[in-house]
Amino acid sequence: MADQAILREVTLTLPLETPDVEIAASNTASAIAESMAMSVDKIDEVRMAVVEACINAKEHSRAPDRRVRLTCEVLGERAPEILRITVHDSGVGFDPGAVERPEIATKIKAPDKRGWGLEIMRGLMDDVEIHSGADGTTVVMTKARG
Amino acid sequence: MTESLKLTVDHAGGIAVLYTEGYINNEGGEQIARAAYRLIEDDQRTLLLNLQGTKIVNSIGISILIEIIEKMIEIDGRLAFCCLTPTIEKTFHIMGLAQYAGIYPDQETAVRELNAGRPA
Repeated sequence: MADQAILREVTLTLPLETPDVEIAASNTASAIAESMAMSVDKIDEVRMAVVEACINAKEHSRAPDRRVRLTCEVLGERAPEILRITVHDSGVGFDPGAVERPEIATKIKAPDKRGWGLEIMRGLMDDVEIHSGADGTTVVMTKARG
Repeated sequence: MTESLKLTVDHAGGIAVLYTEGYINNEGGEQIARAAYRLIEDDQRTLLLNLQGTKIVNSIGISILIEIIEKMIEIDGRLAFCCLTPTIEKTFHIMGLAQYAGIYPDQETAVRELNAGRPA
């Protein structure tokens, strides 16, 4: 994937306080996915993964600028092959390795039933990478067109 | 930009059916929970959530649905879903919800199967 050209790139910066900011971001990602003739089901999966990435930024980032940046890149040699989506916040960061994988059997009895975002992103996208540190968190997700 | 949820409740084959239209986020989830708990108070023990009008959900909204599932288990009732988009169904499977709630392709099948599982 690294040697594939970026055929198209769209970047959007959104205030986290915007009501349903995740929907605005997911609408953009879904329009880009549609432009590369991705199937309807795959577009929906991209949409839901972007929703989750933005909700995580909104709920947990504590970003001082209260913004999230979404970048959608269409990669390919000649024709669009892969959609790469990057969701970045300039918040406090977290240790992705320390996040416990949720289990439904535990969650159903637990007072806190949340914590599914990463699991959903990983399940819906082909690949998910999380880079997090003092400069914030960057989630990079990819989905092949075919 | 807010996409609020529309919720209606009806009955089909003796089962309470909650029809959603729109985004199931935290507010949408709370709205469904309030309606579900009212139905439980009215002695409904089987609830069917028809998601035909919902194209997107988020994990916070689903967490609230898990609270309803927990409540249904406590009262020996059942919550089931029908008419899910393939992505919502896939998400429910990723989370393991199918272990605790029936997932049916359409309402007719759901009502039939849920009635077959109810005591006479």
